[in-house]
Amino acid sequence: MGPSKSTVMALTRELAPLSLDAWAEACGKSLGAGGRLVALFGRAEGEEIVVTAVLQSPGTGLGVLRSRAPRGARYPSLTARFTSAQMPERELWEQTGLVPDGHPWLKPVRFEGDRQQRMDEYPFFCVRGHDVHEVGVGPIHASVIEPGHFRFMCHGERVAHLEIQLGYQHRGVEAMLLRRPPLALTTTIESIAGDSSIAYAWGYCAAVEALAGLQLRPEVDLVRGVALELERIAMHLVALTGLATDIAFLQGGATYGRLRTAIINATQRVCGNRFGRGWLRPGGVRHALDETLRGDLLQTLEAFGKDFLEVNELMLAARSVQSRFQGTGTVSTQAAMDIGLVGLAARASGVPVDARWDLPGRLYSDHRIDTFTESAGDCWARMRLRMREIEESLRWVNRVVATPELELSSHALERFGPLYPDTLCVTVREGFRGPVVQALETGADGRLLHYKVQDSSLFNWFGLAQAVRENEISDFPICNKSFDLSYCGNDL
Amino acid sequence: MLKSIKVRASQGSQFIPDPRQANPAGYRGKPVIADRPCDSRCTSCQTVCPTRAIELDPARIDLGRCVLCGDCEPACPANKLTFDNDFKTAATERDALVVAAARPSIDPMKVSTALKQRFGRSLKLRSVSAGGCNACELEVNALTNVNLDIGRYGIDIVASPRHADGLVLTGPISRNMAQALQLCWDGMPDPKLVIAVGACAISGSPFEDGRALDRHFLERFKPSLYVPGCPAHPLTFISGVLDLLGIES
Repeated sequence: MGPSKSTVMALTRELAPLSLDAWAEACGKSLGAGGRLVALFGRAEGEEIVVTAVLQSPGTGLGVLRSRAPRGARYPSLTARFTSAQMPERELWEQTGLVPDGHPWLKPVRFEGDRQQRMDEYPFFCVRGHDVHEVGVGPIHASVIEPGHFRFMCHGERVAHLEIQLGYQHRGVEAMLLRRPPLALTTTIESIAGDSSIAYAWGYCAAVEALAGLQLRPEVDLVRGVALELERIAMHLVALTGLATDIAFLQGGATYGRLRTAIINATQRVCGNRFGRGWLRPGGVRHALDETLRGDLLQTLEAFGKDFLEVNELMLAARSVQSRFQGTGTVSTQAAMDIGLVGLAARASGVPVDARWDLPGRLYSDHRIDTFTESAGDCWARMRLRMREIEESLRWVNRVVATPELELSSHALERFGPLYPDTLCVTVREGFRGPVVQALETGADGRLLHYKVQDSSLFNWFGLAQAVRENEISDFPICNKSFDLSYCGNDL
Repeated sequence: MLKSIKVRASQGSQFIPDPRQANPAGYRGKPVIADRPCDSRCTSCQTVCPTRAIELDPARIDLGRCVLCGDCEPACPANKLTFDNDFKTAATERDALVVAAARPSIDPMKVSTALKQRFGRSLKLRSVSAGGCNACELEVNALTNVNLDIGRYGIDIVASPRHADGLVLTGPISRNMAQALQLCWDGMPDPKLVIAVGACAISGSPFEDGRALDRHFLERFKPSLYVPGCPAHPLTFISGVLDLLGIES
C-alpha cells in the first residue's frame, strides 16, 4: 500500500447505502475511534436525500459512508457526542432538511436557498444578567475585508461569548458548478475563495483528472506544489501584515506588506496573475517553469528570505508585540480537538494535522515538506507558526526549483476523455488556512450530479469564537487576524 | 533599536514613483485582438470563455465581464487573441470597457471637472465587499501599502461611511448583502460616488449563474468609475482614479 492519498475515488454503486440510523452509528464509531469528519453533504434524488460522510481514520486515509433517507428524516445527532460535527451537521440540515435530533445549536450556516435575505432572523444566543451587554459588529467592518456579523455578549470588558453569523457572501457557488460542463469550471473554482485560488484549482483539477483516469507526470504536481507554497507564503504575509498593523507595529506592517508584493509579483511573472489565476488547468499547468522563470524565482526568494528573517527577528523581539499576542485568544489543545479545528489554527494549538503530511500521496512522499505545531494556541502561536511555515515553504520551493534534474518546463495539457460514470471523487488540498475539500459525483452519463465544496473555515470560525472568550473586545481584531479565516469560503 | 535600523536599511525605498508609468511584468491585463480575418463560423473563443465576455463579427471583448483568465488565447486557431500588460483599462462608462481590433485600447479618460473640484485634493473611500472573493479586497488593501501608497494623492480608505466621499464596491452583490450595502450607501453624506471594482462588481459575470445575486443597487446608482480585472489590479485602480480626478502623478 502506498502513502495515503489526497485524492480518493469510489464507484457509487459499491457504496452500499446504510439506513440513516446505522449510518449515524457508523460515523459515531469512526469518530469515537479517533477519526475525523472531513466532509458531510447530501443531495436530493427524487423524494430521497443521498447523504455522504467522508471520514479520515488514523493511519488508513479517507473513507466514505453513505446513506439514503426520505426528505425531512431525522437521525440522532453526532454533535451531542462529538462537538466537532456541529458545523457539518448544521450545513447538512440547511442544505437538505435532514434533522440531527438533539443538536444543541441548530442554526443556519449561510442563509442559502429559501433563507436568502432573511439574515435578520438569525437566532442569536442570549446572555442575560445584571450589567450584561451586547455589541454588534458588521456585516461591514472598519477595514477592507469581507462581510460577516459578530455579536459579542459581554460583562463589562470581558467577552463571555461571541457569536458569528455568516452568509452575507453567499453566491450560490455549488449550484452554479453544476450548470457548466465539468471541465470548464476552473475560473469559477479560482474565485470561490479568491485568496486560495491555487488550493481550490488544484483540488478541482486533481478530481476531474482522476475521474477521467488521467495519470499526470509527477513534474506537473511539482509545479502545482510550487504554486501552492507561493500562495501560502503570500497569504501568511497578509496575516502578518494585519497583525503588525492592528497593534500599530508599523515597521512590521510596512515590511511584510512590501515582502508580499515581491512574492505575488513573482507569481504574476510566472502565470500573469498575482493570485495565481490561470496557472492551473485540468490536465496540467498552463504556465510551466522554464530556466528563466526558475532563475527569477530563486533570485526573488533569496532576496525575500533574508529580509523576511530580519523583520521576524525584530517582531519577535519587540516587547510590545509579545505583550499584545502572548496569552491572547487562547484555544487549548483539548478545545481544539473537541471543536475539530483544522489547518493552521489546529497546529497552533498543538494538534498535528496537515494534509501534506497525513495524506501525502506521491508528491509529498517524494518531496517531504515539514509541518510544525505550536503548543500555546494563542495569537502569538498563530503568528509564530505562520513565520515558520513561510520559512519551510521557502526551503521547499527552493529545493524543487533549484534541482536541475526536475523537468518543470513542459507545457502541453493532457487531453481528456469522458469522465467515469457513477463515481465519487474526493480531493483534499492543504491551503494556507487548512484543508480545502472538494467532492465531485458523476451520474450515469458522466455529468456532475453533485459538487461539494468545503473550506477549512467552516470548522475554524467556531475556534475564533472560543478564542475570544474571556478576552476583551479590543483584542478581537488581533484574534480575528491571527485566524485569518475565509468568509466567502464559508458562505460559498 | 539596531534591529529596527537594520530592517529599515533593508527596506530601502519601495514606492512606485509614478504608478501611471509602472510596467507590471507578466501581467495578463488587456486582451489584444489582432486585426486579421478568422473563420467566420468558428466560435472557439466564445465557447471557452467562462463569462460570455466575447462577441464576434467583429471579435470584441468586454472587460466588464472578462476575468482575464487567458483561456481564449490558446483556443483561437487563428492566433488572433493575446494579452498584454496594459493596466490602464478603467473607464467612466460601461460601454467603454469593450476592446476590439479597431479599438485596441480603452480611451483615455476625460477629467471630470465637477469631481475634480470636489474630490481632487481629498477623496475618502469606504470599501464594501458584497460577495467579493477577497482577491479584489486584497488588491484594494494593497493601494495603501508602501509600494502604491495612494495616500500621497490625498486618497484614503476610511472606516466609517459617514467619513466617506466614495463607495468602493467589490463582489457581484449577493442577495444576503444587498441590504447592508444600501444601508452603507444611505449613511454616506452627499455628494458621493460609486467605484465598481472587478468584473464581479461591474457585471456580476463570474457569478451571475449562481442565482443568489441582487444587483438592483447598480440600477439605482451608476458608478462614476469602472475598474475591471479579476481581481482588479491596484495599478488599474490608482491610474483610473487619478485620471478621473485629474491628479498629477
